[in-house]
Amino acid sequence: MKKRLSAVLACCLALLMVLSACGSQESEPSAAPTAAESDPGTAPSAESSEEPAAEPVTITYCNFNSSGGNEETLQRMYEAFHEEYPNITVEIETIAIDDYFTQMQTRIVGGTAPDCFEMNIENFAAYANMGVLAPIEGVDLSGLDETALSAFTVDGVQYGLPGNFSNVVLIYNKDLFDQADLEYPTSDWTQDDVQAAAEAIRALGDDIYGYYQPLTYNEFYKACAQFGGSLLNEDRTEFTINSPENVAAAQMMADRVLVTNVQPTAEQMGGMGDWDLFMSGRLGMIPTGIWAFNTFAEGCDFAWDIAVEPGMEQKATHFFSNACVVNEASENKDAAMTWITWLCSSPTAAEIRIEAGWDLPAINDEEVLASYLDLTPPDNREAVFESLDYLVVPPVIEDYALMSDIIGQQLEAAAAGTVSVQEALDEAQAQCEAQITLG
Amino acid sequence: MTASPFLLPSFIGLLVFSLLPIVISFFLSLTDWNGLDRIAEAGFFEEHFIGLDNYKAILGGGEFWRVLLNTLKYIVLYIPLMLACSLSVAYLLSRERRGVTAFRIIYYIPVLTSWVAASMIWKSMLSPQYGAVNNLLALFGIDGPGWLLDENWAMPAIVLVSVWKDMGFFGLILLSGMVGINKSYYEAAALDGAGAWKRFWKITLPLMTPAIFYVLVVSLINAFQLFPQIMIMTDGGPNGATQVMVERIYKYGFRYYRMGYAAAFSWLLFIIIMLCTWLQMKGQKKWVNYDS
Repeated sequence: MKKRLSAVLACCLALLMVLSACGSQESEPSAAPTAAESDPGTAPSAESSEEPAAEPVTITYCNFNSSGGNEETLQRMYEAFHEEYPNITVEIETIAIDDYFTQMQTRIVGGTAPDCFEMNIENFAAYANMGVLAPIEGVDLSGLDETALSAFTVDGVQYGLPGNFSNVVLIYNKDLFDQADLEYPTSDWTQDDVQAAAEAIRALGDDIYGYYQPLTYNEFYKACAQFGGSLLNEDRTEFTINSPENVAAAQMMADRVLVTNVQPTAEQMGGMGDWDLFMSGRLGMIPTGIWAFNTFAEGCDFAWDIAVEPGMEQKATHFFSNACVVNEASENKDAAMTWITWLCSSPTAAEIRIEAGWDLPAINDEEVLASYLDLTPPDNREAVFESLDYLVVPPVIEDYALMSDIIGQQLEAAAAGTVSVQEALDEAQAQCEAQITLG
Repeated sequence: MTASPFLLPSFIGLLVFSLLPIVISFFLSLTDWNGLDRIAEAGFFEEHFIGLDNYKAILGGGEFWRVLLNTLKYIVLYIPLMLACSLSVAYLLSRERRGVTAFRIIYYIPVLTSWVAASMIWKSMLSPQYGAVNNLLALFGIDGPGWLLDENWAMPAIVLVSVWKDMGFFGLILLSGMVGINKSYYEAAALDGAGAWKRFWKITLPLMTPAIFYVLVVSLINAFQLFPQIMIMTDGGPNGATQVMVERIYKYGFRYYRMGYAAAFSWLLFIIIMLCTWLQMKGQKKWVNYDS
């Protein structure tokens, strides 16, 4: 019995191998005509004989930002694009951000990267410096916001277009301000006003907190700018992580947790999310992204509004943007650039984006943006645009991820109180100098 | 010779997905490859070759030793605890009582659970204020620690979760070693007046040493490769307290774009594991008993 079984198995296996061998032999000749079909040169001439339209091309576009809710919005944008440019077919692939960059890396090395794709600001410079991105040329960029555009240049060359952007505003709980008998924040506020208000709100109850701005890398480089400091010197040849301005900024943030405790410690938070804390009505103010509006509108049973984020020496607020880039190795760069330019700057795409509440388009057409202001809450939506005057762009260098992890880790130690702020920043400075060569 | 057609399919898989990458990774560890440049192109190796610089940088920097220490901290806590728990599980499950099969399944369920799902659940259970663990401790008047948020408790927390996850698997292996022991030894010992405790130490344990040896070798290798639970529960934090070898390799390769450096790091990990396993193999002559 056993013998027969193994004989049958061996036969099956042999058959399988023969079949697969046939398959590979067959597929080779058949692959040639398929390639010829998609080759624009020999494309069916029926259409092109009627009118001298551009040759049809198919390009691929990968993105992560539409994943988890906006896949259909992106598809609607593409359909509108395809009506305008019927000769360009875009195959859209959406990958969740957790896997996105690992996938892109392997695909680029393997030579199977899409013609154009989305990049976040952290990885953008690394890719641009390694020569895998094509310079954006021959397209009209006049419709795009200049600050946003400037974030995606390397040595004066434009390597990416801002597809969307968002910024950060101060969101506050009006009811808590009323209870503490305080004036609402205005765009003239500084961090000192924040501190005073936060202390008054903290006094309202044991588990009520004034302010929440964690001592993380992202919050830190912004606070540095508010205090007149920065992580790199002006021509980006040296780290200035432990400058006196930066130490003052980090000290203020750490003291709010460890000294005045207007901000909860990690243990007081107990693993609760910062947005959840705000929505529970126990937090006075939180500087956070405008993408919180929808969630807060649904989740808060108290009145809230927004203001431009308070600064110190100067105002500074976050700017987040993802870039659409073109693969240097692509054979259809022109079509790819046409698509991403349309996606980033056309009023049609912008309208679809605003209507879906999917970030803000990085355009300068105020008429299109105006429809964004009609939505409430928050009432003071103008603050979103007012904030654009104070944007800080992250200090993008090739080793951005490494730098942000080193600084982030040291700040974490300072926030926990295990080392002083000065020690933490000195250590971050030393580690960055040892591990990163600035170009 | 007759076996070769049968071996071929899996050998090709092994060759393409394991052996070749291992060889290539060694050459990559001698380069400053960033993980994005095409390596198939001519002149790649000449252009990027930097000799042993990666190894020198790793061994010369403080990070490697700190991370190795974290890994050892995990091993020192994990292996004895895991062995004790697995032995207890094996002992309890070896007794023929009613419902023992149900318990065998229950202890094995964590093994079948994916690390990702298990880590997510444990992360929320270990939340200091709202988590189930600390609330349970509070019932007994114990003020639970910050677990994953506390530098001193993060690694012990990872150890506890890993023991929970692994004890079913290792317990099963030990159980098979335990039930394989000839019953007549126990009968003879009982006749000679040996109690349950003595029987366990003098008969069960010595005759189980091959199974225990296997568990030690496998669990040590696994411990050096500690990764998914770290990535999901702490991402190396707080303040680097749970940064371990594989976590660093992943970050350098896929986050910092220093693939050559990451390759060198993984070769060092390989050498460490080889050495430890070789030492265990040498040491087994002293205590493993193969004549049952």
